[in-house]
Amino acid sequence: MSPTPEPLDPSLRSGLLLSRYAECLYWLARYMERIENLARILDVTETFAREGRDDRNWLSVVQINADEQRFFERHSRATARSVVEFYVLDRTNPTSIASALTIAHENARTLRPLISTEMWSQINVFFAWVRQLGTEDVSPSRLSRLCARLKESCQTHTGITEGTFFRDQGWSFYMAGKSLERADAITRLVDIKYHTLLPNVAAVGSPLDESQWNAVLRAAAGYHAFRRLHPRGMAPVAVAGFLLLNNAFPRSLVLCVRQVEWYLGQLRTQHGLRSGGPALECLDGLRAELAQGTIDSIVAAGLHEFLDWVQTQLIHAHRAIAAGFWDGAV
Amino acid sequence: MSGPSLVAGADLFAGYDAAGYFCEMLRPPEQSDPAIELVRQRLARFELAELRRRAGDAERELYNLGITFTVYSDKEAIDRILPFDLIPRILTAAEWDRIERGVVQRVAAINHFLADVYGAQRILADGVVPARLVLGNSNYRPEMQGFAVPGGVYAHVAGIDIVRDETGSFLVLEDNARTPSGVSYVIENRHMMARVLPDLMEGLQVRSVESYGMKLHQALAALAPAGVLDPQVVLLSPGIYNSAYFEHIFLAREMGVPLVEGRDLLVEADGVYMRTTAGLAPVHAIYRRLNDDFLDPTVFHPDSMLGVPGLIGAWRAGQVTIANSVGTGVADDKAIYAYMPRIIRYYLGEEAILPNVETRICAEPDGLAYTLDHLEELVVKPVGESGGYGLIVGPHASKAEIAEFRARLAADPANYISQPMVKLSVSPTLCPGGIGRRHVDLRPFAVTGDSTWVLPGGLTRVALREGSLVVNSSQGGGSKDTWVLE
Repeated sequence: MSPTPEPLDPSLRSGLLLSRYAECLYWLARYMERIENLARILDVTETFAREGRDDRNWLSVVQINADEQRFFERHSRATARSVVEFYVLDRTNPTSIASALTIAHENARTLRPLISTEMWSQINVFFAWVRQLGTEDVSPSRLSRLCARLKESCQTHTGITEGTFFRDQGWSFYMAGKSLERADAITRLVDIKYHTLLPNVAAVGSPLDESQWNAVLRAAAGYHAFRRLHPRGMAPVAVAGFLLLNNAFPRSLVLCVRQVEWYLGQLRTQHGLRSGGPALECLDGLRAELAQGTIDSIVAAGLHEFLDWVQTQLIHAHRAIAAGFWDGAV
Repeated sequence: MSGPSLVAGADLFAGYDAAGYFCEMLRPPEQSDPAIELVRQRLARFELAELRRRAGDAERELYNLGITFTVYSDKEAIDRILPFDLIPRILTAAEWDRIERGVVQRVAAINHFLADVYGAQRILADGVVPARLVLGNSNYRPEMQGFAVPGGVYAHVAGIDIVRDETGSFLVLEDNARTPSGVSYVIENRHMMARVLPDLMEGLQVRSVESYGMKLHQALAALAPAGVLDPQVVLLSPGIYNSAYFEHIFLAREMGVPLVEGRDLLVEADGVYMRTTAGLAPVHAIYRRLNDDFLDPTVFHPDSMLGVPGLIGAWRAGQVTIANSVGTGVADDKAIYAYMPRIIRYYLGEEAILPNVETRICAEPDGLAYTLDHLEELVVKPVGESGGYGLIVGPHASKAEIAEFRARLAADPANYISQPMVKLSVSPTLCPGGIGRRHVDLRPFAVTGDSTWVLPGGLTRVALREGSLVVNSSQGGGSKDTWVLE
């Protein structure tokens, strides 16, 4: 911890980034991504429930986010109304969209000197809109439109960022955060759907099963891509394989991991930052594991155990990034 | 008054009455200007509803952009916009020339005064300014005694509050030499004008306000420690909860420098460094928007978390430049203000180009007696305060308020100065009932490095409540775009 300041290469000056800004960019991206993922899941769950198939899916939303304890402290049953209020409006719930957006907005405010005016203004307006939402705005009949607007706002953020954010090291921190959040989200989604929802092996392959997987794919915006690859059937193993291992699907685990690795690599090669080493090592191991495995071998060895291990690796990678660039920095 | 191209029956100024005040737009013939009259005619042709629609656009945009300041009530923090009035305040080239020269002169005197007060104290020895007023002032910083700051510049950024009386003469009301704020609105108001009412300026030569960030960066770089070829400048802010955070962002962006908080900086062996993803990077000049007391917990408030331990030591060791310097508050205090014409004469051998408003010092027996006798006619202000808090405007106060204030004044006379109520000039302003007169002031901003540069125009603040003379943003004030004609 003892700082021994060394003279800095002047050519790097223009690319200097405060550690605090790197952290805020990383989290801004993660929280915006988290909001989008949550809106996707709520939307699909609502569609599913509306079609009268299964109301129990509302519980799975709570399970995906590992919020059982917090949720049941506030509500006795996981219904459309209680789950949606908990995840959209409840500011006392740190995993709600309202809470995530508050943090994203605060990060954006901190980053205001760095990000474009368009990026800031859009988040500011988005935040003001969500802040004034009331219970009537999230009623089941309005939920689909609400989710559509939430998703679109996140996508607008993504588009404005892509089109206006300066491609210095800040961009790499932003993109690393976004990709890591996506990797985390898809892992949770597959894990919960594969095991918690269908504990009864006999149910696998039933019509209910098929529509469940249909919904999972739609939540991840992967339904049509999956259909193109698998025109016949909807085998759970094939869906899990697509969501985890497909090299072209933008929300697949393997693609997201590759992206985190790529952006950390950019920090090293383009910006001369060496502190990403431990995180890169961790991701390298994870990617190698994903590259050599097939979904059949993974399922045979235990999908849940595998996804658990993936989650642990993602947490390690996150901690290594934080320690390398802000928490552990002098 | 109507020009040749005015559409009959559509004059928005038909009901306008300046009521004996100097009007910035509808001027007496000897002070009139064709460009200002042209703008008035252009405005007069607007439908009121159209003007309101554009004002609405501007207000929405300010909220969307988060161009806000934070007002702290009992327990709540509320983000407010500074209301923008879209009718500009226009200064002629000759008026601006006088203001500019007056501001440069005033800033020079302030810097001389501070260098002297924290140096040889000649002005105190010569009895021009009473020593107790300076050395006993709560803004005097004994820690600064004997430290010659780089270039002799203390007030790198100064804002001079200027008003106009009923004859149109400019008078200085107040000096701001600590961390004057508001310059971001000057530039944002111009941008806003270009977006919502571009038709008004068409074909007119108005001086640009775009170069402020560059000039400020130049001034800071010019005073950076010797031998540093490409100095690293940063803006030090208390953080996102500060009421002026928007302005800090604005200035950091305009200068193209990092906005840092105290926790981003660190002092090692008298060098100042910022924590970056590539490790520690040296910092050479700091534009700080943090009050003196919070800068360095090893020198001032030991429990302040906002500052940087060791920063003052690094400054004294010549490793970093801090702007504004510590201890400038002793020069812009309302008690010292009364002596400014004499201070100008003492150091520069010149008469003040911009005179003061006649001021009485209640710490002096004559001043107190006069003030107590004329409370109903005077504006009485506490010294060492800012933001328009704790002052009384005699002619607008109730008998009860005056009685209550009389007791406060008698209990602590040294805390007050008094001035006659200046009949502040008015400017046509979009009001609930149409275009009405509202009182305005002007805060030009001066940046001093190697020399002093004044941003053309400055912040015109407008008291939006009818008849009010208090223009402060915390007290119902708004702002206008300020044009300086070429």
